[in-house]
Amino acid sequence: MKAKPAPTMIGGMPMPGLTERIVKAVFLTVVCGVVVFPFIGVISTSLAPAEEVTKAGGFVLFPTHGLDFTAYRSILSGGTVTQALLISGFVTAVGTALALVLTCTLGWALSRRGTIGNRPLLLLVLISLLFNPGLIPSYLVVQQFGLLDSLWAVIVPVSVSAFNVIVVRAFFVGLPAEIIDAARIDGASEWKLFRHIGLPLSKAVVAVVGLFYGVGYWNSFFNALLYLNDSSKWPLQLVLRTYVVNGVELGGQDLGLAGEAVPPQTSIQMAILMISIVPVLCVYPFIQRHFAKGVLTGAVKG
Amino acid sequence: MAEADTASRVRDPVRVDADSEVRSQERKRSLLSRLRRDYPVLLLAIPGLLVLLAFQYYPLWGNVIAFQDYQPFLGTAKSLWSGFENFSIIFNGDPEFLNAVRNTLILTAIQTVIVFPAPIVVALVLHSLLSNKLRQIVQTIIYLPHFMSWVIVVAVFQQVLGGTGMINNWLRGHGYDPIHVIGNVEAFRALLTSQVLWKDTGWATILFLAVLSQIDRALYEASAVDGAGRWRQTWHVTLPGLKPIIILLLILKLGDSLTVGFEQIVLQQQAVGVDASEVLDTYVYNNGILGGNWGVAAAVGLVKSAVALALVLSANKIAHRFGEEGVYRG
Repeated sequence: MKAKPAPTMIGGMPMPGLTERIVKAVFLTVVCGVVVFPFIGVISTSLAPAEEVTKAGGFVLFPTHGLDFTAYRSILSGGTVTQALLISGFVTAVGTALALVLTCTLGWALSRRGTIGNRPLLLLVLISLLFNPGLIPSYLVVQQFGLLDSLWAVIVPVSVSAFNVIVVRAFFVGLPAEIIDAARIDGASEWKLFRHIGLPLSKAVVAVVGLFYGVGYWNSFFNALLYLNDSSKWPLQLVLRTYVVNGVELGGQDLGLAGEAVPPQTSIQMAILMISIVPVLCVYPFIQRHFAKGVLTGAVKG
Repeated sequence: MAEADTASRVRDPVRVDADSEVRSQERKRSLLSRLRRDYPVLLLAIPGLLVLLAFQYYPLWGNVIAFQDYQPFLGTAKSLWSGFENFSIIFNGDPEFLNAVRNTLILTAIQTVIVFPAPIVVALVLHSLLSNKLRQIVQTIIYLPHFMSWVIVVAVFQQVLGGTGMINNWLRGHGYDPIHVIGNVEAFRALLTSQVLWKDTGWATILFLAVLSQIDRALYEASAVDGAGRWRQTWHVTLPGLKPIIILLLILKLGDSLTVGFEQIVLQQQAVGVDASEVLDTYVYNNGILGGNWGVAAAVGLVKSAVALALVLSANKIAHRFGEEGVYRG
């Protein structure tokens, strides 16, 4: 592996040789292929017509006989999956809203340096990053609050992430003090400062943190497993585990089909998998645009 | 965001002065008048703090059941105290517990050796790309799996590698023997490792890429003048530049070394059995929540947390010995 002296330099490094370029191209193609291939397989199988799926032995990489939305229709027209979808939607929407309110207000309060109790409270938040309360004690607390089998058990305990509080606070601290002081002199109350100055100037970080909470709530699986015994309250991730990972078959009564033939189980499974993936795919571009910055400023300043 | 950063940096010296000035004035005021002035700020903090106290600090108290013969219908107040009896499983080396410890340590070792360096390699390749556009496309693709839940990752792996999955269908269709990965005890560790690699390698490159982009260009230029080729530059400039972040991450990883793949294993434990898959966290879950041995499970959880904390603190100390920053100073 001898490096060839190259005529031009790039960023202080000699130009890469041909072998290096080929090796890198192959490497990156393989890496990206490994990530993308399963997604394509899942999408295709969920959309391929029943006969094609059966003929292919359960999997289709590229549907060639047109698209068939029966699998989606069967899970989305009432029944177990539809209900789980609604529950996941509720948990995600309410959870994200609650988490944003709690995180931003706390972050704002902690950003007001020099106020009473500011340092001890900040320390309280920072220390909580260092330990995890543990599974059994957390369960006992949720039980004690009477939240077992309630959707609030999935929402409230994770609604304040100390890390996100620190990220938001760091952003608020960086806002120009002049604006805040000016508004105070004009008689703005603390709430008005937060609501009409802090938040509007911090849209980017609030959006990123909100997206992270949203994805977290949408994906939350173990808390639901732990706290929700009543299967009628299951979010999508638990349905996904039962019917796709554990392979329990969805019968006609679990689906919203009125006397129609049940599509192949593989198609149904793929369709469930897809409806749990698609919302994340939809917000991904927005996260992608901001997150690297958000994550890093938080990590560096925190 | 960048603008705000610069702004705060520029203003910082002024800020510090203003701050200390403010603070000396503060001391003269009475507590009551400060409270009267600042209570709106406290009001804003209270809702978030309550959640933090209730679900992060308050549960700590629940650890008392590690010292109790806890009965759920009696609660912590009425359950009988049992001293260190619950801990006997740990100190007498109960085989099931030891199995969980062994699996945990083996998985952690595998993850440190294989999973940890993977994003460094990918980051080095990405960093060396000449085209920014290409780099962004690759990043967009490889960050994606991080945002999938473990349920989705496990489901996707089953659909790809399972007995009737995509790969085996293809193999059968082309006259090869199918491969047995899902539900195969022998392959379980490899399966867990490949899932972690698939889900988080891309995401983990972020930090390394950020550090790589901050290495001083002059170092490369100087070394090139001294006749270093690309490999030697990587070895003598790039890797030393990554050293602090690598050490920092290893310390954090050490603190997590008793925590491996909990959700991932809970989802797949049924298929391969407890012997191959039990780790400390699943031991706590299976024995405590599912098995009703609350005290024992809490004891194991408590010891695990204590050991983890001790590991982080000592690793941090060792890092200081070697002249590194570590996680925090103190």
